[in-house]
Amino acid sequence: MSRSIIVSFLMRDKVGNALLAVLLALAIIVPFCSLVFEPGDTFYLSSYWVTLLGKYLCYALLAVAVDLVWGYCGILSLGHGAFFALGGYAMGMYLMRQIGERGVYANPLLPDFMVFLNWTELPWYWQGFDMFGFAMLMVLLVPGALAFLFGYLAFRSRVTGVYLSIITQALTYALMLAFFRNDMGFGGNNGLTDFKDILGFNLQHSGTRAALFSLSALALAGGYLLCRFIVNSKLGRVLIAIRDSESRTRFIGYRVERFKLFVFVVSAMLAGVAGALYVPQVGIINPGEFAPLNSIESIVWVAVGGRGTLFGAIFGAWMVNFGKTWFTGAFPELWLFFLGGLFVVTTLWLPKGVVGLSAQLSKMRRSKAASGANTEAPVQAQAVEAEPQPQQASQVAPEPDKQAEPTPKNLDQGAANV
Amino acid sequence: MSKPKHIPQNTLLYVDGVTKSFDGFKALNSLSLIMEPGEMRAIIGPNGAGKTTMMDVITGKLRPDEGIVMFEQDIDLTQHDEAEIANLGIGRKFQKPSVIENLTVFENLELALSGGRGVFQSLLHKLSNQSFGRIEEVLELIRLQDKRSWLAGSLSHGQKQWLEIGMLIMQEPRLLLIDEPAAGMTDEETALTAELFKQLAQDHSLVVVEHDMDFVKALDCPVTVLHEGSVLAQGTLEQVQQNQQVIEVYLGR
Repeated sequence: MSRSIIVSFLMRDKVGNALLAVLLALAIIVPFCSLVFEPGDTFYLSSYWVTLLGKYLCYALLAVAVDLVWGYCGILSLGHGAFFALGGYAMGMYLMRQIGERGVYANPLLPDFMVFLNWTELPWYWQGFDMFGFAMLMVLLVPGALAFLFGYLAFRSRVTGVYLSIITQALTYALMLAFFRNDMGFGGNNGLTDFKDILGFNLQHSGTRAALFSLSALALAGGYLLCRFIVNSKLGRVLIAIRDSESRTRFIGYRVERFKLFVFVVSAMLAGVAGALYVPQVGIINPGEFAPLNSIESIVWVAVGGRGTLFGAIFGAWMVNFGKTWFTGAFPELWLFFLGGLFVVTTLWLPKGVVGLSAQLSKMRRSKAASGANTEAPVQAQAVEAEPQPQQASQVAPEPDKQAEPTPKNLDQGAANV
Repeated sequence: MSKPKHIPQNTLLYVDGVTKSFDGFKALNSLSLIMEPGEMRAIIGPNGAGKTTMMDVITGKLRPDEGIVMFEQDIDLTQHDEAEIANLGIGRKFQKPSVIENLTVFENLELALSGGRGVFQSLLHKLSNQSFGRIEEVLELIRLQDKRSWLAGSLSHGQKQWLEIGMLIMQEPRLLLIDEPAAGMTDEETALTAELFKQLAQDHSLVVVEHDMDFVKALDCPVTVLHEGSVLAQGTLEQVQQNQQVIEVYLGR
């Protein structure tokens, strides 16, 4: 039964499967269009577009990470941009070390900004970042460790709801201020930039850009699959239980704080990967990435797309960012108003986001057709095979209880009893 | 906290001298209660008598200011948190039905199935045929077989209450604490619930907090009356109904 629920869910995740197919197709087609066709051809994609689309893929991965903690576990993190930025910095540090003697000051060991600050030695926390493997490990471990420490303290103390949101916001804000300081050793205000190559491939080269795009598409597909595996497991149902009724879940015997910690860390690592793929494509990472506004924007993506679906987060990230690209070109000063308005509209009229829109519309149509009598019927949702059949039900439960009655009646009764 | 005194043999739950106050108001005032294995007990009392606070203390949601709460003679419940106490074998049903509305009836029961409470265990969990059968049994017991794939949120109030009781049973607790199960149920549902509890009492211990006297009567078990945080009277329903003090504070109103 439950197995069939899971199987049917996998089957039912048609949108997700289609999305994965699209991602794989993009991973092939976009490099193809960029590399095989010449400028001027109809199908030619310039590096500008490849990079822009690659950015959207990274944002989408961040959105999936946010949806995992917020949509499924109800943890409204307003600081996920911090994990994204930390992953980005880890990648940026690797890229800085790759510059070597090609920097302005031609120092083989120290990045330019350190020479500029008259530093003579590489700080201990920059050691090892010349190795790609180590840097990639840090992309996962640094956001993961911060999320673990933060989550351990917050969840153990049972900080929830708006208080948790506020301290996540404070976390990213504090990191922003810290990274702005030159003494931190991360390039201060300017951040890390002027990257030359990654694993020996020139970052300006369109082949490298195409490869980074494909990697981002694969990372997003991988992140989606990982999150889908998590939310479809029993652990996913525990997460939903925590979101809907935390104390109930505790009294069933689950250690809520451990489950929260687990998804929070996984989510932070995914955000870190997104940041690490983002940085070589945009060519810079600076403390601005820690700005609270970035984290809030990622929440808006997920809300607009529809939380608790994973693919909704991806659609939301794409839609809002396409909108942003267009808007900031056409009416730059209006963008933030538009973003705020979008969030208000979503909250008021689209509680399930754009992906919930079709269900919402069909529900409205049905309720109009049934003139209010059947409004709650769609709620029972996936109950296809176990639709109550009056005769059968009365055989199993001979008592004259209300079970064999159709839903609306039951609901009325329930309401009358309250 | 005082060291546990000698605890009588064969007690499942031993509550002695428990006091809990909120801003000077004593919600529990030197409350004492002993439950034996296999016993069913109804707890009645006017609003504010401390019924829910008592459950909070037993299930680890609140720490008592003083007093002893022992489970199975040697487990000090004041030293454990909610999840640990749940796994020790004490199940709790809330006054307001609290099922997981966005999961199906079946998934709610699966979640409550005893065992496998760890994070990674949950991640790789596969439902065995045996567990599957167990869920089927409970579905039948709580009369929700044909609603198994309904979202719990779409059940009627009474059915939610039953589902929550079913979730308790899945936990295989030795002691069940049930807060106002009959609230908001039809007479018929109430009668069925009383039947269900009697059936459960055959192999579980139950503490049932209830306002509805007809329901308590149907349970046909010893009754404890709480008033202002301590025990006012104990006995059969008839005995306590004739108790002059009880009539004054509670039944006479």
